[in-house]
Amino acid sequence: MTSLDSANQKPHAWLARQSRWSPLEIAFWLATLLPFYFFPTYLTLASQIAITALFAISVDLILGYAGIVTLGHAMFFGLGAYAAGLLSVYGWGEPISGLLFAAAIAGLAGWLASFVIVRVQHLALIMITLGLGFLTYELANAMTWLTGGTDGLRGIRTWPIFNYFRFDLWGYTAYSYSLAALFLGFLLSRRIVNSSFGLALRGVRENVRRMPAIGSDYRRHLQKIYVISAAIAGTAGGLLAQTTNVVALDALGFQRSADVVVMLILGGTGRLYGAIVGAVIFLVARDQLAGINPQYWYFWIGLLLMFVVLVMPKGILGGLASLAARWRGRG
Amino acid sequence: MIGQIAIVLFDGFAFGMLLFVLSVGLSVTLGLMNFINLAHGAFGMLGGYVTVLAMRQLGLPFLLALPAAFLTAALVSVVFERTLFRRLYKAGELNQVLFTIGVVFVAAAVATYAFGTVQQVIILPSWLRGSVEVFGLRLGVYRIFLIAIALAVTALLVFGLERTRLGAQIRAAVDNQRMAQGLGLDVERIFAITFALGSGLAGLGGALAIEIVGLDPSFGFHYLVYVLIVVAVGGLGSITGSFVGAALLGIGDVAGKYFVPEIGSFLIYLLLVAILFVRPLGLFGKR
Amino acid sequence: MLNKAAAATLLGLGLAWSSTALAQETVKIGVILPYSGPFADAANQLQAGIDLYISKHGDEVAGKKIEIIKRDTGGPAPDVAQRMAQELVVRDGVDILAGFALTPEALGAAPIADEAQKLMVVMNAATSIVTEQSPYIVRTSVTIPQLNYAFGQWAFNEAGIKQAYTLVSDYGPGHDAESSFSKGFTEAGGEIVGSDRTPVANPDFSAYVQRVRDANPEAVYIFVPGGAQPAAIGKALADRGLAPPDTKIFAQGELTHPEALESMGENARGIITTFHYTLERDDPLNKEYVDGYHAANNGRSPDLFSIGGYDGMHLIYEALKATEGDASGDALVEAAKGMSWQSPRGPMSIDPETRDVVQTVYIREVQEVDGKLQNVIIHEIPEVKDPLHGAN
Repeated sequence: MTSLDSANQKPHAWLARQSRWSPLEIAFWLATLLPFYFFPTYLTLASQIAITALFAISVDLILGYAGIVTLGHAMFFGLGAYAAGLLSVYGWGEPISGLLFAAAIAGLAGWLASFVIVRVQHLALIMITLGLGFLTYELANAMTWLTGGTDGLRGIRTWPIFNYFRFDLWGYTAYSYSLAALFLGFLLSRRIVNSSFGLALRGVRENVRRMPAIGSDYRRHLQKIYVISAAIAGTAGGLLAQTTNVVALDALGFQRSADVVVMLILGGTGRLYGAIVGAVIFLVARDQLAGINPQYWYFWIGLLLMFVVLVMPKGILGGLASLAARWRGRG
Repeated sequence: MIGQIAIVLFDGFAFGMLLFVLSVGLSVTLGLMNFINLAHGAFGMLGGYVTVLAMRQLGLPFLLALPAAFLTAALVSVVFERTLFRRLYKAGELNQVLFTIGVVFVAAAVATYAFGTVQQVIILPSWLRGSVEVFGLRLGVYRIFLIAIALAVTALLVFGLERTRLGAQIRAAVDNQRMAQGLGLDVERIFAITFALGSGLAGLGGALAIEIVGLDPSFGFHYLVYVLIVVAVGGLGSITGSFVGAALLGIGDVAGKYFVPEIGSFLIYLLLVAILFVRPLGLFGKR
Repeated sequence: MLNKAAAATLLGLGLAWSSTALAQETVKIGVILPYSGPFADAANQLQAGIDLYISKHGDEVAGKKIEIIKRDTGGPAPDVAQRMAQELVVRDGVDILAGFALTPEALGAAPIADEAQKLMVVMNAATSIVTEQSPYIVRTSVTIPQLNYAFGQWAFNEAGIKQAYTLVSDYGPGHDAESSFSKGFTEAGGEIVGSDRTPVANPDFSAYVQRVRDANPEAVYIFVPGGAQPAAIGKALADRGLAPPDTKIFAQGELTHPEALESMGENARGIITTFHYTLERDDPLNKEYVDGYHAANNGRSPDLFSIGGYDGMHLIYEALKATEGDASGDALVEAAKGMSWQSPRGPMSIDPETRDVVQTVYIREVQEVDGKLQNVIIHEIPEVKDPLHGAN
């Protein structure tokens, strides 16, 4: 789906067509409002799914569109969470400026890391992201005086949004807030991937060596998308800190980095919606299975992952898309 | 002071050798088949549990439990390879990652179900316990044993690859798969044998690891990180690379903790990032 | 988007719904634990303690049926624990929150217990500050300073040790153990000659143990989490020739739990530990508890998690009896304050001011009894409170 359908089309026309909204997309976003009415007792879960989906989108931007496989993206998620949390602990609990602060801190860290990231590929790239992730985790553990260490950061008080919407026990505010952030993050990402910059990124993913030959400074492109991705991941982390008022080391953990990649591949890479669908399916399945059987739920998750790979090698969305294409071809 | 440095080198080297046995198999299968097998640690876990069962239920001595661990892990892995993994060789690395992570999840759940979450204990024979004085240094007997096993494994692997027919076939398949196939080599069979060997070594590593790092159902996930680090630092498909990489990480980790304990927890990752930044293919990687 | 009033109405509905559940003669207890992931063993042992109590005392108390709902956090994730607590309250309508093996879990759930006014029984999480997070929190396990402050004093005063080296895991509980042991020890007059911290996920202890050996202290104090590390560090010490009586080894009780003792073998002899529960303590109540536990768990022995869960259930049962089945948070907390009872671990009570556990601290030495190495109590310090409450 990422290759141009036919070579004689003008790229701009293709991009314009790509950025048009389909009815299916509009229906999808309307469906995200359903939990308010049909599952009001699941709103906290919905809020955490929205946050994870935003995180997964940030990974899709680099993995799905620029080919940067990462096992350490939780470092930006966690940095954002700690940034937003610490801002509140030190007296400024206004949520929206807190999110911007979280994005800025994570983006800054992403910018620093990007100088290393763009110079390596393949296994070395994966392992360096993993190493940086672990280093950040250990650093946060070592700086217990600031982060609260293993016990977690305490004393976060997030003020009401617009000084009006208080974070309630049911999670109405939390879900509204996270969903709004997810939607804005999605809009931004959609714009990016459907721009000529997004096109250049796909070129990098498909063939790094050819990009300089057509006059594209691929390292600067990669750096740019990496910083954007880090900032979005930081925003997701900030959201988690603000909606739960807690941050602990697990926000930076390897588990989180690995899980988000699993969700993304599960949903399907390089199509933004794959990130959201993957997060929804993984987390809902996990919640339901763990509710039934808290000790062995991961057995079924494991089977689900294996099954999806064997049956739908392009992820769930990819599988659905090819099914739809076949059906349309027949009809 | 020299005595202390010698001790630290010895301990670090022994720990590195444990990592080597655990990870060399993954390095070879990754280099040979380009197959990202994150379930490698799960085969190590399997070897560990086989050892526990063999010693506790069957009353086998430790030295017989080790080959049992190797063989079981090798056999189970070849079943997986023939039935499932084989389908994924052409499936792209992300699918391999997802699938093998799924295997790790399932393996951990099965281990929990069968053995519980408790730390498994094995009782070593008395001649492997305690320490001996060598040139005035106190060396742990089990660590000497670890080093001996790792050296034997290395020697066998190097000899096997350099001197046997199968070794020549494997080398040919690693260098150029298509050409090897064109020359009439049964590449699939070579894959299967290599995979079994690699997983068997993981099983052996898991068995050896119980005494040093313990064994519980999270083993497959936990030690995956260390295994990946050794593979990446050593370089894909290189036995020498894995050996040197593992030794370097083991010694670097132990020496670092000894001389600068304040940064003990950072060391292994600092080494990883620094080495890969300078040598993205690893110390001995070719591609 | 709904405004405050609507949300408050809904919350009221939810609470009304949960009080109808109460009218149906059921008391629901939501148990939040890391059933999966690296801390699964702690969760399983704690759950086994809960199950044992229920099977012994029946699932009915004060005319109400007890129902347990389990929720998995997967590890030290406060956000997940908070969501689980919230869902248990608003969706399942639980009356009591319980479990909490890890401090971050307890800290995550505390605001929910506070806002929903539910009794929250912390059955393990051992950081001092946990009970200060909400007036609805009661703890039935232990705190790390409780065990180690008195231990430090004992080491100088009774064991006659003048200088010690500390080696602890580099995370919250380890830091607590290091500071409280050191405080007790130096206040009594002892001297800490060196201290190191080992990474939490540390597979190999040889470097740190070598550092201890270089310093050649009279004694070394150790804190590592349960699991694989006790045996690993025990063997590393023995390999270096660091063993009693030449070098005293002090530790918190995890170091010599049954599996670690078995794995360490002869190397464990003479290690001195501080703990609130001793498996081998000679006491009819404890014997009955241990036998029952063995029978229900394939011969596995109870540990600190099990006893925390067991006594946590005891507290819930007794509080419900006292309130005659009234499961509201305020009534239960009032009933729990000052409660005292004989536990398999020994006498214990709930401090009415801090709602924290007050209990006997046992100092044990690994000795040979009937040809088997086990923890033998050599000293008891009765009615120890957490020394940090009110200190800051």
